[in-house]
Amino acid sequence: MSLQSIPSINRLFRLQFETAQDCYVLLFPEGMVKLNPSAGEIMARIDGEKTVSVIIKELQAQFPDAGDLTLDVQEFLTTAQQKKWLIYES
Amino acid sequence: MSLKQTKPVGPPFWLLAELTYDCPLHCPYCSNPTDLGDKADELSTTHWKEVLTQARAMGAVQLGFSGGEPLLRKDLEQLVEHGRELGFYTNLITSGIGLTAKRIAKLKKAGLDHIQISFQGADPEVNDAIAGRGKAYQQKFEMARQVKAQGYPMVLNFVISKQNITQIPQILALSTELDADYVELATAQYYGWAYHNRDHLLPTKEQLITAEAQVNHYRDQQDGKGPQFIFVTPDYYEDRPKACMNGWGSTFLTVTPDGSALPCHSAKLLPLTFPNIKDKALEDIWHKDFSFNRFRGDSWMKEPCSSCSEKEQDFGGCRCQAFMMTGDMDATDPVCSKSKDKHMINDAIQSASSPSNPLVYREAGRDIALFKL
Repeated sequence: MSLQSIPSINRLFRLQFETAQDCYVLLFPEGMVKLNPSAGEIMARIDGEKTVSVIIKELQAQFPDAGDLTLDVQEFLTTAQQKKWLIYES
Repeated sequence: MSLKQTKPVGPPFWLLAELTYDCPLHCPYCSNPTDLGDKADELSTTHWKEVLTQARAMGAVQLGFSGGEPLLRKDLEQLVEHGRELGFYTNLITSGIGLTAKRIAKLKKAGLDHIQISFQGADPEVNDAIAGRGKAYQQKFEMARQVKAQGYPMVLNFVISKQNITQIPQILALSTELDADYVELATAQYYGWAYHNRDHLLPTKEQLITAEAQVNHYRDQQDGKGPQFIFVTPDYYEDRPKACMNGWGSTFLTVTPDGSALPCHSAKLLPLTFPNIKDKALEDIWHKDFSFNRFRGDSWMKEPCSSCSEKEQDFGGCRCQAFMMTGDMDATDPVCSKSKDKHMINDAIQSASSPSNPLVYREAGRDIALFKL
């Protein structure tokens, strides 16, 4: 993964905001993962078109007091890829 | 009853909609009740839509369409569409019989998220003998191909019993060939028809050890690719009972073809009166009905459960199993080595080594016909 990579959500998963849980969740066959607020904000921006760099810029704009988010976002994206939530076009 | 504070009851995470008990297959491992009821009592489309709406409003997320064979309901697409619009993750749990490429496409358009297809074996001979229907394997195979071709996540479900446990290597290869995403290798659980046929289904401990080793060996060679295999061992060989349904009335809500609301799909065999969705709102049923509160918390427990340090892990095991085997629905699940009834499990294992009753195929509305596999 580089800053120019374009992640998309693995078709095995569906991202949705759940009012009852007050968080984003990933739904998959017969199961659900609850995402913490920052993971939810990152996942919600993944659409198969934006690069990692664009996603980070958007998050910086929305959370101006958060400091540099680059490493945090990259770390999460790596974890998400390991969990197969995300795929990258090769 | 103790006045001890109990944990607040959350929403039912899972709604299992058993649309019909009709089924084109006759599997002896079926966990449907042996009294399959009257088709004339099946809920209408309007009733089902209302159930879905109410469950979603309570916070339910996963919706399973099951049965019997849910494809036999002509309104399945309508119900899928309604469920998906409400925001459910929609699962179709099917035998694959009655599926066509066209119907798979129609269901996709309606918003179906995932299809689970059951297989009874890894080749036509074994599969069709267990299913009690010719050409079933071929149909399942072709539909599994279609499900993947049309972009669905696909789960394959193999109910493992003495009848097919020697096929594990072929089952693993078949699942890979069909490019399944997840594969459930679920040893039969002994409810309904399966309880009746237990002697013919329960594998030996040696067979299980071999099967599990074959699965583990295959996993080691997968290198992160191919299907994810989930091997579920039967509780009869465990020392502690399963945490049945993740705790009574905690996570699962089943609605049966006639509208009965149950905390699990087998609960109707218990000597309790369960409410019907035609008479009461789902919210009232889930939170207030006597039957749903009957085994919540631990104040109903007897010894050895009530003083057991593990009671919050397994909730005393399965109420249906306790009742079927001991006649007391408050008893400790006999699977537990602390149960005074553990000998019943050991007797069942012993009895399975030389079945004395004939195998009975699931069949509705007729005298039970006897076959030999």
